[in-house]
Amino acid sequence: MSDELLDVDESMPTNTVEEFLRMERMPHIWCPGCGIGTTVNCFAHALETSGLDLRKVSVVSGIGCTGRVAGYLKLDSFHTTHGRAIPFATGLKLANPELKVVVYSGDGDLTAIGGNHFIHAARRNVDMTVILINNFIYGMTGGQVAPTTPLTATASTTPHGNFEEAFNLPYLAESCGAVYVARWTAYHVRHVTKAIKEALAKKGFSFVEILAPCPTLYSRRNKLGDGLDQMVYYKENSEVKNDIDTKTVSLSFQGKITVGKFVDKERPTYLDAMNEYYGKKFGDKYTPYKG
Amino acid sequence: MAETQQKKKGLGSVVISDERCKGCGFCVEFCPTDALKLSDQYNAKGYHPPVLVTQEKCNGCNMCGLLCPDFAIYGFMFKKKKK
Repeated sequence: MSDELLDVDESMPTNTVEEFLRMERMPHIWCPGCGIGTTVNCFAHALETSGLDLRKVSVVSGIGCTGRVAGYLKLDSFHTTHGRAIPFATGLKLANPELKVVVYSGDGDLTAIGGNHFIHAARRNVDMTVILINNFIYGMTGGQVAPTTPLTATASTTPHGNFEEAFNLPYLAESCGAVYVARWTAYHVRHVTKAIKEALAKKGFSFVEILAPCPTLYSRRNKLGDGLDQMVYYKENSEVKNDIDTKTVSLSFQGKITVGKFVDKERPTYLDAMNEYYGKKFGDKYTPYKG
Repeated sequence: MAETQQKKKGLGSVVISDERCKGCGFCVEFCPTDALKLSDQYNAKGYHPPVLVTQEKCNGCNMCGLLCPDFAIYGFMFKKKKK
């Protein structure tokens, strides 16, 4: 080692993530080995590098383990009722179109209880970023089977294994009209950070699905080890296939995981479409809505 | 033992908040240079926080910082002193 390298600045740098978090609420409630904290870390890094004005970013969460994210982020955040994160975010965006609205919630909250809102927000192309943490199960309420639980996986309500077909969320989002669809796992931290950054910059309904380990309920019931074992599984079984047809990316129990950026297209957003249509229809009599 | 930082040689180092750690081991498993290991010591909650065993190997890539679910560790690269 050369002397030049040893001649370093001794001052201790601060953790850049901390300015995006409400550190007085730490430690958070998530279990040891849970992947949600990792995704929040990535989200904070994405915000840091995105150059967005933080006073104009708001985070909306629903109920569940991932629903707690809104409470830990030092942004304008709202913890809504179960499944209603997207309707709240739609209202927020329509009332103040200047805001960058991020919906950060879990698989059960967004696609089961709030499934209807999810498909309609994607259909209308409301300008928002949806970050969905998929841990395959209802984590907070005791490990009940969720619409994302893969076939044959055990949950507390399916003790002999799940026989319901699971949602293929990227396919659902694309077919409903989302303009940006990506899937990554909690292991792919750099990709997740990049995907969130791209989704934040995208105009329209952008959707990022992040698979995360649930060591306490999903892994323990299925005898898959702890959170670290699930992360190693993600590392070894993930195949990056960008721009692949989302029909082919469904998940199976402990099978291969297709990750990547699947969709990146342009479509007029809800407000743009409204202003354009009414502008044509009523001509000069119509004042375009700008909040 | 609130925040510990080891620094001697190498391109960078890590800062570890022992009391915030929940001992999940993500940083140790996925450290690209295998510079970390779980300590034999316990923190107040009974978890084993990571320690930097081979400081020379740490290049401050902040992979541990991105992976940590508890915001308890982060890496940084040494900056040269301003002359």
